[in-house]
Amino acid sequence: MTTLTTRSGARGASVDAPLGAPARRKRFWTLSRRDALTGYLFVAPQLLGVLVFVIFPVGLAIYYSLNDWNVFTGDLDFVGGKNYAQLLDDPQLPKVLGATAIFSIGVVVLNIALGLGLAVMLNRRFRGVTFFRTLFFSPVVVSVVAWTLVWGFLLQDNGGINGVLEQVGISGPNWLQSGDTAMIAVVVTQVVRSVGVNMVLFLSALQGVPSELHEAARIDGASNRKIFTSITLPLISPTLLLTAIITIVGALQAFAQIAVLTKGGPELSTTVLVYYVFQQAFSFNDIGYGSTLALMLLTFVMILTVLQWQLRRKWVFYED
Amino acid sequence: MRTETALRVDLPRVIEPRVRPRDRAAIGRRIALYVALIVMALPFAVPTIWMIASSFKPLSEIFASPPTIFTDSPTLAGYREAFDFQPFARQYFNSVYIAVLVTMITMFVSSLAGYAFARIKFPGQNLLFLVVLIGLLVPSEVTIVPLFQMFKNLGMINTHWPLILVTSLAAPCVLATFIMRQFFIALPGELEEAARLDGLGQVGIWWQIFLPLAKPALSAVAILTFLASWNLYLEPTVYITSPDLFTLPQALTRYTDAYGGEMWNTQLAAATMTVAPVLAVFLIAQKQFVEGLAHSGLKG
Repeated sequence: MTTLTTRSGARGASVDAPLGAPARRKRFWTLSRRDALTGYLFVAPQLLGVLVFVIFPVGLAIYYSLNDWNVFTGDLDFVGGKNYAQLLDDPQLPKVLGATAIFSIGVVVLNIALGLGLAVMLNRRFRGVTFFRTLFFSPVVVSVVAWTLVWGFLLQDNGGINGVLEQVGISGPNWLQSGDTAMIAVVVTQVVRSVGVNMVLFLSALQGVPSELHEAARIDGASNRKIFTSITLPLISPTLLLTAIITIVGALQAFAQIAVLTKGGPELSTTVLVYYVFQQAFSFNDIGYGSTLALMLLTFVMILTVLQWQLRRKWVFYED
Repeated sequence: MRTETALRVDLPRVIEPRVRPRDRAAIGRRIALYVALIVMALPFAVPTIWMIASSFKPLSEIFASPPTIFTDSPTLAGYREAFDFQPFARQYFNSVYIAVLVTMITMFVSSLAGYAFARIKFPGQNLLFLVVLIGLLVPSEVTIVPLFQMFKNLGMINTHWPLILVTSLAAPCVLATFIMRQFFIALPGELEEAARLDGLGQVGIWWQIFLPLAKPALSAVAILTFLASWNLYLEPTVYITSPDLFTLPQALTRYTDAYGGEMWNTQLAAATMTVAPVLAVFLIAQKQFVEGLAHSGLKG
C-alpha cells in the first residue's frame, strides 16, 4: 500500500516538473531486479516448506531434548542434559544400537551382494532378460506394509515357508518368535523389497565400463573372473560405495517393516533405533527422551549423508 | 549427486553383441543361468502370487498343510469382509485423493523452485539451495515428534492436513526440486534468449518453454511422489486415529478379530486391492517407473 501511494504521489509531482525529467530517473524495476523477485517468489513455497516442516522441527526437537514432558499438566520442565545422561544409563539402548547395527549391516551386505549379482547376471542379452529385470524390480513398487504383511503371513509357524520346508522333511523354526530368526526375517524382507533399485543402478554402472577394456584384457588372455575383479569391480567401486551408504541410510529409517513384522520383538531383538524413537515418544509419551534419541538418529544419518556428498564430489568425473 | 546419473538411467540397453551359444559348454552355461535366475526369482515373485492367490481362498484353507497355491473353491468372502469390517472404500478414496493432491502440489512447487534455482539469477541463490537441501538430510522419522506437537497445537491431529502439507512440501518434494533443477540446468541457454526476444517474462518462459520440455523429469517426479504418499505409514499411524480417515497402509494392519488374531484372508484381499493397481500401472509404464524410482535411492 505504501509503495502505491508514494508512486502516485511521485506521478502527481511530475506533472509540474519539466517534460522529460522522469526519464532521467533510473527505473527501479530493472530486468535483473524483476528476475530476482521472480526467483524469490518461485522458490518461496519450497523454502517455506523446508523451514516450517524440517528446520523448525529440528530446532524444536533440540529444545524438547533439554526438557521433560509432564504428561499430567502438559508442561515442559527444563532439565538440561538429563535426557542426554539417560542415553548412557538406559539399559535398553545398547541392545537397540546392537540391533540397529546388525540390521543395517545385514541389509547393506546382502543388498549390495544380491544387487551386484543380479546386475552382472542380467547385463547380457538372452531371451527373457527384460522379464527377469522387471520381476526383480517389481517389489519396489509394492507398498511396504502390504509386502511386509504377506511375508509375515508366509513366516507364520504354520505358514507357507514352513509348509514347503515340511514337504522336504525339514521342520522350520517359528521364524518371528525367536530373536535370531526374526532378525533374519526382517533383513531378508527389507532386502528383497528394495534390491531392485540397486540392481538398476549397478546395471547402468556396468554399462558405463568401456567394452574396449574388456576386449583388450580378453586378448591378453585374462579369465572372466580376472576381468571382473581387476577391471569391472574397480571401475564401478565408487557406485558400490555410494550405494552402500545410501542403503545404510535407508536401513536406519526402516520403520514400517519392523512395526508390521515384529513390533520390535521378540523382546528387543529387532527394536532398531527408529522404532525405539517411536516407542519412547508415542507409546510411552516420553517426548524429551524420544527427541534425544531422534537427534542421535539424525546425527548418524547426517554423518553418512555428508560422507556420501563428499565422496560424490570427489568421484564426479567417473559419472560423466 | 546421484540423481545426475539416475536421471539418465533407463532399463539399461544391452551393449554386448548377441552371442549365439555354439558349443555344449555355452548351452550348459545358459541353462545354469536360467536355473539360477529362476531360483533367485522365487522370493521376489512368490509373495505377490501367494498374496493374490490366497485372497480368494476360504479361511479354512489359508494355512492348509500341505500348502496350496491355487484353491479349488475360490471365494470372494475375504473381499466382502474387507469392506464390511472397515470403511475400506472410504479409506481407499482417502489414499487416492491424498496421493493425487500431494503429487500435483509437488509437481507445481518443485518445478517452480527447480526452475528458479537452475535458470534465474538472484542474490543468495546458492545459500537458499543449501537450506532446501537440508530437507534431504533430515529423515522424517526425526521430525515426527515435534511435527506432531505443532499439528496438535494447530488442532490438525486426526485430519489429513499433516499428511498433505508435510509430504507435498518437505522430504519427497525436496528430492523433486533437486531432480527438476538438475534437469533444467542441463538445457541450453539459447532457449531463454529466444523467448526473451519474443517478449516472454520469466513466468512465461517457465510455463511455455521449459515445462513442456520437462515431461520426462515431471513424470519421474510424479511417480516418485505418488508412491511416497501411497506407501506412507509412520505419519498416518501417528496423526490419524479414526478409521474413517485412515489411509490404506494403516487400514491393512487393522484387520484383526476381537481376540487380536489376524484375519488373514481379509487382510490379503485388502492388500491385493492396494497393490494390484500399482503393479498393473508399473507393468504398463515400466521405463518411467524405473527412472522415477532410481532417484528414490537418494532417500533410501
